[in-house]
Amino acid sequence: MEQDVKITIIDREGESHEIDAPTDMNMNLMEVVRSYELAPEGTIGICGGMAMCASCQCYVLSDTELPEMQDDEEAMLAEAFHVENNSRLGCQIPITEQLAGLKVQLAPKE
Amino acid sequence: MIKTDILIIGAGPTGLFTVFEAGLLKLKCHLIDALPQPGGQCAELYPKKPIYDIPGFPEVLAGNLVDNLMEQIKSFEPGFTLAERAETIEKLEDDTFLVTTNKGTQHNAPIVAIAGGLGSFEPRKPPIPNIADFEDKGVSYMVKDPEVYRNKKVVIAGGGDSALDWSIFLADIAEEVTLVHRRNEFRGALDSVDKVKELKDLGKINLMTPAEVDGLQADENGHLSSVVIKKKSEATEEIQLEVDHFIPLFGLSPKLGPIGDWGLEIEKNAIKVDNTLDYQTNIPGIYAIGDVNTYPGKLKLILCGFHEATLMCQSAYKKIHPDKKYVMKYTTVGGVTGFDGTKKEAPKAVVKAID
Repeated sequence: MEQDVKITIIDREGESHEIDAPTDMNMNLMEVVRSYELAPEGTIGICGGMAMCASCQCYVLSDTELPEMQDDEEAMLAEAFHVENNSRLGCQIPITEQLAGLKVQLAPKE
Repeated sequence: MIKTDILIIGAGPTGLFTVFEAGLLKLKCHLIDALPQPGGQCAELYPKKPIYDIPGFPEVLAGNLVDNLMEQIKSFEPGFTLAERAETIEKLEDDTFLVTTNKGTQHNAPIVAIAGGLGSFEPRKPPIPNIADFEDKGVSYMVKDPEVYRNKKVVIAGGGDSALDWSIFLADIAEEVTLVHRRNEFRGALDSVDKVKELKDLGKINLMTPAEVDGLQADENGHLSSVVIKKKSEATEEIQLEVDHFIPLFGLSPKLGPIGDWGLEIEKNAIKVDNTLDYQTNIPGIYAIGDVNTYPGKLKLILCGFHEATLMCQSAYKKIHPDKKYVMKYTTVGGVTGFDGTKKEAPKAVVKAID
């Protein structure tokens, strides 16, 4: 079995959670948030992970290297609200070993 | 008033397939959907994306799945109330339901099947604190009648196709069009982007990027009089612009909406149903199927919605015809007899003796 990575997620209430994210389940950051129920069901990952709703927007607080933004993520973030320079869509960030030490904060609900 | 056997709220894949299963039981269906076309998310959000887990289809584009469903249910002649949102429900004395849309269209049926998916698609509203005060007083989230804007000063916000297209269209009609977008780049059809650039160079569209509308101000009648635009260059600059209309165009997002106030048991933004039997809600006669429902182990998959629709129709049949005896018949055996008089059936096998 591959190793889990430790990442820190600050939920919408401001509470910080250090969690183990599996690298061998083909999961992305949005799905990890859902699996740990860090945001109520129905308020995150609404489109299912197609970069079409921005409900999984988060702010990246660590300098972890992340996969480059693709066109559809950029297009969605251009239309989303509460967007900052460090905004990313969780559904577009696959969990890999490179993510060890990642710290993100969930953006407010729209 | 529209009368039917099963009133389906939501014309996504689950709602459409319900028409087929109901049709096999000779029950007529009518569908209501807030979007102007059938297909739900499949048609609105991702028509060109492939789906790989529809049984029997190794790969099918979401838009093609909708086309196929429409073809499959055609002979059962479903009725549609499109571009209207189911707003209120009322139980009548004869135990049937009266469902009224936001445009006042009335529907009457003994059975209501909510196949509402994630909810009805509503325009996404920018988080400007007092924006709700200006709705119908200068702020609208869609362009219904372009004539409203003739010789007026209009601000459009957004960076997608609809923001570009309406800026182009209104440039000819309005006195002044200002397009505000958070980024310098636009994500729209290339010729729309080029056209906006051309109109900008001609001075027919004021382009403000990267910028955001940040505040709204009213005149003495409470009507919009000006907007505050925050322009993000090296130093953030605040511009106050006198306008008559502000049109934020940030696409659509699904909201459970008025259905949430129908007295149904809601859990995790979804409607609780009895998954041990027939997907009925806490109100007898109202069912919830597909992505809109929840029960232990629920999966929001199209294929699960199809199954739920099928069982729900059997239960609806028993409610509508409590005295009739019925056993399920395979379509291969019974064929499919449409309400339009057509009949599809398996060809009869030829029997021939060998001499």
